[in-house]
Amino acid sequence: MIIVKKLVKRFGLKTILRGVDFQVAEGEFVALLGPNGAGKTTFLRMLASLSRPTMGAIRIAGYPLPMQAAAVRLKLGVVSHLPLLYGDLSAEENLRFFGRMYGVPHLNGRIREVLELVGLTARRRDLVRTFSRGMQQRLAIGRAVLHDPEVMLFDEPHTGLDQDACDMLDGVLRDVAARGRTVVMTSHDLIRVENLASRFDVLSRGVIAASIQRAGISRNGLLAFYRQALQEK
Amino acid sequence: MKGEKSNVARATSPGSFLRAVAAITWKDLAAELRSRELLSSMLVFALLVILVFNFALELDAKTRATVTAGVLWVTFAFAGTLGLNRSMAVEKDRGCLDGLLLAPVDRSAIYFGKAISNLAFMFIVEAIVLPVYSVLYNTNLFHPGLIGVILLGSVGYTAVGTLLASMAVQTRTRDVLLPILLFPVVLPIIIAAVKASTGFLQGFPASELTSWINLLMVYDVVFIAVAFMVFDYVVEE
Amino acid sequence: MEPQPVGLKVLNIASAVLLAAATYLVFFYAPMEAVMGQVQRIFYFHVANAWVGMLGFLAAAIAGIAYLRMHDLKWDILEQASVEISLVFFIITIVTGSIWAYPAWGTWWTWDPRLTTAAILEMIYIAYLLLRQGIEDSERRARFGAVYTLIGGLSVPITFMSIRLFRTIHPALIGTASAAAQGGFDMNPRMLVTFLFGLLTFSVIFASLLWHRIRLGRMAEKVEQMKLEIMQ
Repeated sequence: MIIVKKLVKRFGLKTILRGVDFQVAEGEFVALLGPNGAGKTTFLRMLASLSRPTMGAIRIAGYPLPMQAAAVRLKLGVVSHLPLLYGDLSAEENLRFFGRMYGVPHLNGRIREVLELVGLTARRRDLVRTFSRGMQQRLAIGRAVLHDPEVMLFDEPHTGLDQDACDMLDGVLRDVAARGRTVVMTSHDLIRVENLASRFDVLSRGVIAASIQRAGISRNGLLAFYRQALQEK
Repeated sequence: MKGEKSNVARATSPGSFLRAVAAITWKDLAAELRSRELLSSMLVFALLVILVFNFALELDAKTRATVTAGVLWVTFAFAGTLGLNRSMAVEKDRGCLDGLLLAPVDRSAIYFGKAISNLAFMFIVEAIVLPVYSVLYNTNLFHPGLIGVILLGSVGYTAVGTLLASMAVQTRTRDVLLPILLFPVVLPIIIAAVKASTGFLQGFPASELTSWINLLMVYDVVFIAVAFMVFDYVVEE
Repeated sequence: MEPQPVGLKVLNIASAVLLAAATYLVFFYAPMEAVMGQVQRIFYFHVANAWVGMLGFLAAAIAGIAYLRMHDLKWDILEQASVEISLVFFIITIVTGSIWAYPAWGTWWTWDPRLTTAAILEMIYIAYLLLRQGIEDSERRARFGAVYTLIGGLSVPITFMSIRLFRTIHPALIGTASAAAQGGFDMNPRMLVTFLFGLLTFSVIFASLLWHRIRLGRMAEKVEQMKLEIMQ
């Protein structure tokens, strides 16, 4: 589904990604871990077609980036730590706007469906700027699945959420976002991610330093795996 | 599974382009209708500028005829930068620009969508300022030629302003930078619009003012085309 | 730090020599102009600076387009260098123009099309430099700089034409459109030689300054890179 070969990203004179090789099969849920500044957000932005590679190749669902970016975007749902929502519009209006941008058919019905899925039907007419952060994130997920994408990208979606909100988010993640889709999620929250993902990759110093399947680690062994991956040069 | 081919076709067809432009314009107008922050600040600022001019310049009956067009255009130019800044700041602040960039449409759809809504805001402010000025100074400003010039001038101003505001909002200095970038470049519009406006207000026939109107039209066409071509470089990384 | 290449050293010397020679020509070789007297001599440097400044303007616009097409930062350095040097040349143009204007028309400034456009061009240059200053990321800085050079570059000729249109319909408020104001008085052969020599001199000075500035830009880039390497 996602094939990344020798990806390099330079910002002026700074090299953030130094030849990343990364592959995700259909239906996999990969957690991308790494210290701050490792380039996780940069990498995710490149997968989301928001940033162009300096060198290297990205293919998503068979389409190469950045050449066929428009085709790829149709298949992508992105949730970042910023809500990407318009505060002065209601939840419904936000979804209607994005639905139009993506050309979603039978939009009204789909909006109802999505609001139901993320548990915001009661607040659909309220302005987004009155929402708590947790609610905004749920609506953001709703926005991301509106057009039924095959690939979901999450950039630290739990940022700024309290325990309850996190749990609710995980519920939505599991049922709505992850089911049947290919998912890549960056996170700092190892405990949470351990229960969600099927594979764990560590991005360090601009390359994938280590990768392991869920089956390969013992319970609560993710932290040890992570620490070790960072130490290896 | 949805038909793959139709999905791709949908993403890049001209219909989807227009739909995206309309969606963005509608979104801006709907949001503004709710909060009215942008319009009220533009309007209050415009009226204050006119007030200041009343004391800064002698707007007595004699000089008024020659100076009205200038006062109006200075007002529009300054109030315009407020609107442009606000309009782009909304996209930048919650990362909404990324949301727009993620949509499977051509980048220029974002440019046109924003430019049209910015233009609409400018028109609304102009539509209020004109009658207010007419009343305050007992001058009749409802000349079709004048309105035409204001339309043409606003189009050019917004075309360049939207592009430059997209740049300014991504820098550290943000709001302050827009007028510095915009005014030197938008001078031909100010020059031509003021000359043509004065001409119409003083009763000159349209045939005498063709060179100014042509200048406005040339500027509009050239800069809409250039902004449209160059917008990608301003938003894509 | 690498030493200056031979070519640049030659240019440095050539610039100094040519400038000295040009000054000599201006003061001792060119004849006194009948109408304006000694002050007219500034014309040689004034126009030469303006033309060479225009060269810089064109170079910046072309470099901007080249960067957008090829994404090579060397075009960005050229673009910034051209803008900065052209900025200085136009300041000299404006100042020498004022020095000429005062004895001629009794005023330091006139709103004639060329002078006004030069002033507007300076504002665009300064806006360009302020734009660059507000951006940390060098790639974005280059992109935005190139876009603004393009927009500014397109607007300047249109502005010039609109001011000219403005001025022909309105009478000139200060002074009359004398031949001297247009810069089109008859030049006898010695004047022509002096003028062309001045043009050559300032072209060489421009080239030498451009080279220096590009070197400076490259060295600054190297320092940035070294800083990054140390931090990692």
